Amino acid sequence: MRAKIYVSLKTAVLDPQGDAVNEIIKSNNIVGIENIRQGKYFEIKLSTSDADEATKIIDKICNDYIANQVIENYEFELIA
Amino acid sequence: MQAGVITFPGSNCNRDMEDALSKFYSKVHRIWHKDRTLPENLDLIAIPGGFSYGDYLRCGSLAAHSSIMDEVIKYARAGGRVLGVCNGFQILTEAGLLPGVLLRNKNIKFLSKRSDLKIINKNTVFTKSIISDTINIPIAHHDGNFFCSQDDLKSIEDNDQIAFKYADNPNGSISDIAGITNKHKNILGMMPHPERAVDVHIGGTDGLKLFESLLN
Repeated sequence: MRAKIYVSLKTAVLDPQGDAVNEIIKSNNIVGIENIRQGKYFEIKLSTSDADEATKIIDKICNDYIANQVIENYEFELIA
Repeated sequence: MQAGVITFPGSNCNRDMEDALSKFYSKVHRIWHKDRTLPENLDLIAIPGGFSYGDYLRCGSLAAHSSIMDEVIKYARAGGRVLGVCNGFQILTEAGLLPGVLLRNKNIKFLSKRSDLKIINKNTVFTKSIISDTINIPIAHHDGNFFCSQDDLKSIEDNDQIAFKYADNPNGSISDIAGITNKHKNILGMMPHPERAVDVHIGGTDGLKLFESLLN
């Protein structure tokens, strides 16, 4: 089983890197973009094929390692 | 008096810290991140600056889960004194010993310069010998933008946990915060480098009073 984890900054948190990406895109005359927020993406291969067990493991590693709850949210999907 | 300096892969201020502490402590132990025990009778643990684990994932996050950190957390929770400088500050927040987190500098530039710090709380074991209201200490960081929730900020302020504020906020830190303690004031995390300000010939001597405070 695999997990795809998406980590994003909470709305209250400044994202100077996302802003810098937006600035350079704007300066190249690409229009239509209001805002860019940079995040992180993880692909994890699990040895279990049990979805409940996988959810437990992924929740634990997201809380303890992958995301910092002070500034980040995470969501994930499991793929059989 | 004995101190210990922890070195992680990617630490680069460990020798500077050792040097500074050697002016005040009779014995300074070098502690490796894979160690599972601390030397006995330590009066201070210092977590130095650098780029532990290459700042991978988030700055300080991987080092915060090193095996030695279990012992550091126990030591700190039992009231032991812990000083985290720069990457050391980041590690202490990631380990949950200090509130908040250090984000990328607001202007996304690496900052390497001198910075005036206002002493906000002189009533801590780290600051009580500092007589002047400001000290001039070098900063060198890319991720020094202190951030926390408004609730945490209120709690930090209400409990007099702000030790230092920047006179001229260089990195976007919330409330100009340059260094904070825990509620019990036995743990200090700060982005500026006091260990780089202990010699008149290189960097000045404004950092000396911080280390001197720890002896009194």
